[in-house]
Amino acid sequence: MNRREETLIPKIGVITDVRIDTPDIKTFRVVTPDGKKAFDHRPGQCAMLSVPGVGEAMFSITSSPTNEEFMEFSIKKCGCVTEWLHQAEVGQQITIRGPYGKPFPVDDEFAGKNMLFIAGGVGLAPLRSVINYCRHYRDRYGKIDIVYGSRSKDDLLDYREIIDEWMTDAGVDVHLTIDREEDGWDGHVGFVPNYVKELGFDTDKTAVLCGPPIMIKFTLDGLVSLGFDKTQIYTTLELRMKCGVGKCGRCNVGAKYVCKDGPVFRCDELDELPDEY
Amino acid sequence: MRKCSLNSLQSVFGKIASSALLYLPVDSADGRAVFSKWDDGTPLSNALNTVRSPKDFFFPQTEDLMRFKTEGKSIEVIDVREETEDFVVFGVRACDVKSFDILDRVFLAEPRDSYYASRRDHGVIVSLACTRPSETCFCSTFGIDAASPAGDVSCWKTESEMFWQANTEKGEALIKKIEELTEECSDEAVKEQQEKTARIMKKLPLAGLNTDAFGGGKTEELFDRPEWTELSEACLGCGTCTFVCPTCQCYDIKDFNTGNGVIRYRCWDSCMYSEFTKMAHGNNRLSQKERFRQRFMHKLVYYPENNDGLFSCVGCGRCLSKCPISMNIAKVMKKLGGE
Repeated sequence: MNRREETLIPKIGVITDVRIDTPDIKTFRVVTPDGKKAFDHRPGQCAMLSVPGVGEAMFSITSSPTNEEFMEFSIKKCGCVTEWLHQAEVGQQITIRGPYGKPFPVDDEFAGKNMLFIAGGVGLAPLRSVINYCRHYRDRYGKIDIVYGSRSKDDLLDYREIIDEWMTDAGVDVHLTIDREEDGWDGHVGFVPNYVKELGFDTDKTAVLCGPPIMIKFTLDGLVSLGFDKTQIYTTLELRMKCGVGKCGRCNVGAKYVCKDGPVFRCDELDELPDEY
Repeated sequence: MRKCSLNSLQSVFGKIASSALLYLPVDSADGRAVFSKWDDGTPLSNALNTVRSPKDFFFPQTEDLMRFKTEGKSIEVIDVREETEDFVVFGVRACDVKSFDILDRVFLAEPRDSYYASRRDHGVIVSLACTRPSETCFCSTFGIDAASPAGDVSCWKTESEMFWQANTEKGEALIKKIEELTEECSDEAVKEQQEKTARIMKKLPLAGLNTDAFGGGKTEELFDRPEWTELSEACLGCGTCTFVCPTCQCYDIKDFNTGNGVIRYRCWDSCMYSEFTKMAHGNNRLSQKERFRQRFMHKLVYYPENNDGLFSCVGCGRCLSKCPISMNIAKVMKKLGGE
């Protein structure tokens, strides 16, 4: 028997809670069969989840590492594995391995900074981990601004947590927006990149972006036009992955592997990569 | 250095095979050289090289990674890994020996790939120097000497004799095993052969091919070059180049439901395939030009950037002889290198 350690061989995870967030996003709580976290992680890192016979896919860990009881994954229904997961019930076992990737520099570059988090749609999932980490260690960071937008009110992820917790925190400003007017919504209406420009943030901040590629592109341009330097802006990428450790070759862009050199990149680092992400 | 007569080669093979599985290039019925298991009397092929590279020994085309048993909501992961049996691969050419260094830097980098590592630990590489390099050979472009192959043991075959030289501990152990069937000798005949091969190498059509235009840090210079369009125009995306390539190592992981449990297996994949980077929400390389460019940029720029300048090509020439549209890395290098 070959007893060596092998990252490709996963652990068993048990789904202990399923929260319906939006019409196509559910948040799954996962622990090991003995009720523990499968492993420790840092904000921004990912895990490979799989359903044997269906497939394996990489997901960002949306819960903060400060949560010592369980991990959470906010998953949008858009492919084979995610569709299967959306039908899963509490008690269902899946497999889990990780953590993978370079986290957000929460204890280094982010320390002491005013933070500006900007997310679109399910792009909030990877940011929730770092937002809650910063909220947990509140005194280590300056002011926190969160801009979050989605297609409609029903498509806003983590809505209860945003309203009940983030919006009631001292020193945390939450700016929500939806794409189109709708009944029962008296908040801002418009796309995230425009809203960011309208809000006109001071450049004394470190910005963290995540969302659809088109949103990231226009928001990045908007921040730069507000005077932000690309070294102040971070984002997290998503490409197809199989191994998670820089060997299968799938997420290779330029000399980087998104699974191990990312998924978190500073935007000036992205300028050095070919435009293939 | 030790030697044996070619007449006693089968006894030497027999001795080696008494304690390990022995593989060597053998001529198949349709005239191709393929690595096959040695049985008493199996003759060594005289071909310059095998159609498929020896990467299969360490990174097989498909391999089971694990199994799952599912019952209701429960899953059991079954570790199917077994310790590899000791084996010897005889007759690996200098180019292919070098490919193992390139694969090692991927699979043995942390976290080590245990499937590959087990085979590397249990495999002994016996190389065989080339004497008749062909017009598709260009190993010298990458600093490889076809007449001085590396490996655990290096061999040179002359008209009547086989010369053996151990290079590693594993190699010493193998030479020790065949000590009684070989005799100590001078390296004169080997040197003579090496000089002759070097003269042929210099006359090969690709002898002038060089890597000056390539290497780490050249992404900006090369990525948007207009030549990629013309070079990739006829590419069928068949992936033959990646399958015969000794250094291509991209892989896929898939699940197969046997009806009695699930097998999760790994198989070779190709960056030339349209689904390689396809995700549920899009594909970051939509055209064959982008996929074609990825393969060559990876071998000539990205890999060396991450691996101390080492290129991910060994000049074995398999892609030159197998590509159905006669496109290959040598043409790419010439075109982009300004020849």
